[in-house]
Amino acid sequence: MDGNRRKILKTGGGMTLLSLVAAAGWLRPGDVLAADWNKAAFEAKTMDETMKAFGGSTPAQSKDITFTATPDIAENGAVVPIGVSSSIPKTESIAILIEKNPNMLAAEFDIPPGTDAAISTRVKMGQSSNVYALVKADGKYYVASKEIKVTLGGCGG
Amino acid sequence: MADPMKIRANVVGDSTEVKVLMSHEMETGQRKDAQGKVIPAWHIQSVAATWNGKTVLTAQWGPAVSKNPFLSFKFKGGAKGDKVQITWVDNKGDKRTDEAVIG
Repeated sequence: MDGNRRKILKTGGGMTLLSLVAAAGWLRPGDVLAADWNKAAFEAKTMDETMKAFGGSTPAQSKDITFTATPDIAENGAVVPIGVSSSIPKTESIAILIEKNPNMLAAEFDIPPGTDAAISTRVKMGQSSNVYALVKADGKYYVASKEIKVTLGGCGG
Repeated sequence: MADPMKIRANVVGDSTEVKVLMSHEMETGQRKDAQGKVIPAWHIQSVAATWNGKTVLTAQWGPAVSKNPFLSFKFKGGAKGDKVQITWVDNKGDKRTDEAVIG
């Protein structure tokens, strides 16, 4: 009898918590995010197409964008560490593009105020290629590039 | 449900450095299986990081991000004991949220 009552209490409590979580909107961010995915940009095959998908014009070359912890030669194309740091004021976003991959855009990061304009991640590269760091700052686009040689491709079967 | 992420958040000066290792296949959609059929793409599409409920980073990813993705970034503020929460959503609608305490 007593044990049963405990069980009911527990179930009830669990349900309340879940509905609270849903009501507070904690479950919502993910749903919003999925809809935001810029399909056109990720399917673009050239720099021009990518820029069009972002709604920007041809980016200006910039020396204020640097690659950090990025190798000149990557032994394994499946895991190429890439770090991008921008010292351009009001940097809003950083994108990593790989020229010779089937689709150029690899990743795009939005930098809210208060977050350093420096990110690092790992990407796949099918073959040796130029890698572009595209930075959006104060509504304008800037770009820097670096060639990375790949010894073993990361896109084959 | 996917495996949990490994998140480390540490105070460095007046900033917090966050390092995340996610567990995801990140299939490109370019590869073929033994029968020559294309293996459908399966990758994380969006990532969001919050600190005390404030968004500190969002990202959109394509299939070119490596398997078991790694991400590192820094934001101003954050104190020991604060919580950093990371959420990802993949193109199949699967999602995962993990949380770490700043140390």
